[in-house]
Amino acid sequence: MEKFTGKVWVMGDDIDTDIILPTEYLVFKTIDEMKPYAFSPLRQDIAKELKSGDIIVAGNNFGCGSSREQAPEVVKALGVKCVIAKSFARIFFRNAINNGLLLIENPDLADDIKEGDEITVTINEKIEYNGKEYPIVSLPDNLVEILDAGGLVKAMRRRNGLSD
Amino acid sequence: MGMTIAEKIIARASGNEVVKANDICTVELDLLMSNDGTSHITVDKYNALKNPHIADPSKLVWIVDHNLPSDSVKTAASHKKMRDFARENGITYYEGEGVCHQVMMEKHVRPGQLIFGADSHTCAYGALGAFGTGVGNTDYLYAMVTGTSWVLVPETLRFNLTGKLSEGVYARDLILTIIGKISANGANYKAMEFGGEGLKSIDMAGRISICNLCVEAGAKTALMEVDEVAMDYLKAHGREPVQCFAPDADAEYAHVYDIDLSTIKPIVAKPHFVDNVVPAEEAFGTHIDEAFLGSCNNGRIEDFRIGAEILKGRKVNPDVRFLVVPASRDVYRQAMKEGLLAIFMEAGAIVMNPNCSVCWGACQGVIGEGETLISTGTRNFKGRCGHRESFVYLASAATVTASAIKGEITTADRL
Repeated sequence: MEKFTGKVWVMGDDIDTDIILPTEYLVFKTIDEMKPYAFSPLRQDIAKELKSGDIIVAGNNFGCGSSREQAPEVVKALGVKCVIAKSFARIFFRNAINNGLLLIENPDLADDIKEGDEITVTINEKIEYNGKEYPIVSLPDNLVEILDAGGLVKAMRRRNGLSD
Repeated sequence: MGMTIAEKIIARASGNEVVKANDICTVELDLLMSNDGTSHITVDKYNALKNPHIADPSKLVWIVDHNLPSDSVKTAASHKKMRDFARENGITYYEGEGVCHQVMMEKHVRPGQLIFGADSHTCAYGALGAFGTGVGNTDYLYAMVTGTSWVLVPETLRFNLTGKLSEGVYARDLILTIIGKISANGANYKAMEFGGEGLKSIDMAGRISICNLCVEAGAKTALMEVDEVAMDYLKAHGREPVQCFAPDADAEYAHVYDIDLSTIKPIVAKPHFVDNVVPAEEAFGTHIDEAFLGSCNNGRIEDFRIGAEILKGRKVNPDVRFLVVPASRDVYRQAMKEGLLAIFMEAGAIVMNPNCSVCWGACQGVIGEGETLISTGTRNFKGRCGHRESFVYLASAATVTASAIKGEITTADRL
């Protein structure tokens, strides 16, 4: 199973899609143009500070609100390796998987973690932090297939024997 | 074991006799709604496919409402892309007809259908006994190309309604009360099913308002039993049901709530979460800069009648911009016919064309730093309607109108 270590950014409950990407920036043509404004209503500078491979840890209901797919797309474009939350809103969950952004549900980590600390994730197995292990529930095979391919469209291409 | 309405519709759409909560089913979609929030992106993604193909163009309905009329060159380009694609591919297309969910209710939704909409408030269609659910543009694209998708059969929360709403209390107050009770993710991945004697006393406008807002509790869909009120609406709009489903007596629910409508009071959702609800009186005296009557939640003729009745013979507070936005051309026309628009205009309101307006914070009426809006819109998230340091309160058409007159949050009975 894939294993990775990353620096953690901590967020609270109900991180909604208007916080992940405010409406006024949806008019931009590319996700790259939207990137600097991710999470800006909550933390104006976080998009600048996020580094590729970083991990977001949040509370309940991450991604609630709009169906705007730019929300998970911009999180992925910022290089966020995965989002770990107590729970995810359902439209965001589907949109994230469809864009190859890994989401992990865990009820406890958010309460223990300190921003800036590092954690190690073994996909479909566990999270390690501060000498403690947090188990992860396995994703169904069909979702793993989509994540592996980097998103739903790419997974369909693979399944149909087409190149990327 | 019996089935809920959600289970029955998914069973129908997946060609199964029986399905139960937590099954994963491949379903055939009946309708696919998309608006100008994301259709241009869907077009780009479609054009990047190796074998682009639309399974059945007659099932697609595309509606321009989020930024109508276009407010910038960038938006105009998005609209042109959407419009050209719809025309080239024989997709039903509306521009200027109204807010997508209201147009769908007036012209397309039929009981028993399973509908994907590239918009979170697609759950509104449950007011006509249809399973509507919001998806992103990749799920939409997949459904558009294949005609199918996968769904996790949701568990259902059942709401048994009894009694009647008191005078001055509206469906909007009821659904805000429910969201406050179960929280912003209390129905995550679940269906919310409404029924009982009390439902009969709620008109279609109220029912749409209730179902529409269920996504703010995280719901996958909202569903109501189809009764005479729903059938009358359907017939008046020239349509027939696909199939009317009622839940089985032994259907299994994740939780059952009994709600006596007579206990509901006027409610306000405070910034910055829809479940941050308080009795309206706890927000009395809050200064407002803008008020908004409209949206897929409360822009119907019934809401306009409520607002106009309160506003008649009064004036909008000079320090308040009061935006009045019909949810559709039909609502606009009817409001004109009944003289309601004249009442709003003479009182100093700003009457706009049907669109999503400030509800989504990009069309018009966007609020500035430190400003406060009271709105019948769908959300009050931080920055939702403008500057990141602005404030949105959600309330019924009556409370919004009364507040626009007073210049601070109040209810109509206190004017």
